[in-house]
Amino acid sequence: MHPYRFFRFAVLLLPLLASCRLVAQQYVIYDSLPQLEERIRKAGKDVLVVNFWATWCPPCVEELPYFEELREHYATQNVQVVLVSLDFKSQLEKKFVPFLHKHQLKSEVILFADQDANTWIPRLSETWDGGVPATVVFQGNKTIFHQGKFENTAELEAFVRPLLKGVNTSVLSSKR
Amino acid sequence: MKRHAPPVLLLACFILFLSAGTPRTYVVGDQVANFSLLNIDGRMVSMHDYTESAKGLIVVFTCNHCPYAQLYEQRIIDLHNKYAQKGFPVIAINPNPADLYPDDSYEEMQKRAKEMRYPFAYLHDDNQTVYPQFGASRTPHVFILDDNFIVRYIGAIDDNPETPKAAKNRFVENAVNAMLRGERPDPEFTRAVGCTIKKKP
Repeated sequence: MHPYRFFRFAVLLLPLLASCRLVAQQYVIYDSLPQLEERIRKAGKDVLVVNFWATWCPPCVEELPYFEELREHYATQNVQVVLVSLDFKSQLEKKFVPFLHKHQLKSEVILFADQDANTWIPRLSETWDGGVPATVVFQGNKTIFHQGKFENTAELEAFVRPLLKGVNTSVLSSKR
Repeated sequence: MKRHAPPVLLLACFILFLSAGTPRTYVVGDQVANFSLLNIDGRMVSMHDYTESAKGLIVVFTCNHCPYAQLYEQRIIDLHNKYAQKGFPVIAINPNPADLYPDDSYEEMQKRAKEMRYPFAYLHDDNQTVYPQFGASRTPHVFILDDNFIVRYIGAIDDNPETPKAAKNRFVENAVNAMLRGERPDPEFTRAVGCTIKKKP
């Protein structure tokens, strides 16, 4: 191949390669409850869907796509989805980062490392006894809680719906 | 004129109807009904086997597969080694059926117990008849009973799953120590993160 043509070919190919490259998944680590509470406050009037999960929890991993789908469908409608992982900090590089790299989650991911669950769990939901998966939805001063796994996106959407006032709920429904 | 049932009566009937559908689980102060489950040594073990020797029981719902249970495994062994001689042995119960979690099969339980030299009974609630009565919802989940098999504490082992040495409150130890002094545990109920126990369909 002529050097110039190769160069032109390479220049054309570069942006394509760059866009295909797997981007390292972003996440933040919160070590204590006030940081998570601040994040909840920051949602303001938006509906904030907080899912508690962990890479070591198979039902949690199974339902992650439902939260991704919910986020995607309501992205423009004041609905925020935060995936709060209860993975162990000691296994950050071994388990957590490779999982994120593999699954390429689009939702916001937080690694929540506050160990004192007996203090923080009741602050988020009085009815939650600590099993995961669990989901808490906040909107203003309203909170709803779900323990256990959702069976599909429709079930998750139906659970969140009471707090979706003013949000166009037909987005997902119309697809079915 | 036909008389109608007063609304209060209807409401009471409705509440009774609702509560009949969901069996009540143990809360602190309830007496636990005896149970009998298969131990890893091939024998059936029942709570009443401990009547003579024990001042109480530390019942721990735990399993092989759950990372939280694994984090607490050594602490559960230590609890038994520390408190069995003082009259509070550990009874570990695996509430997960083998068909949902192959790692939690009877054979795997035997293997794990042998490897780690469990000093306590490790029973399999394979038919899931016992854990729902207790209302255990996750592994690990602890219920401390007194000598009349009355529940005195429900909850977590301590407040630091990842770093045992950094735990500020050793809930189970504090509860048993209180009971050995003839006092009520305080707190008598705590929460903890754990693996949700899955009910067989």
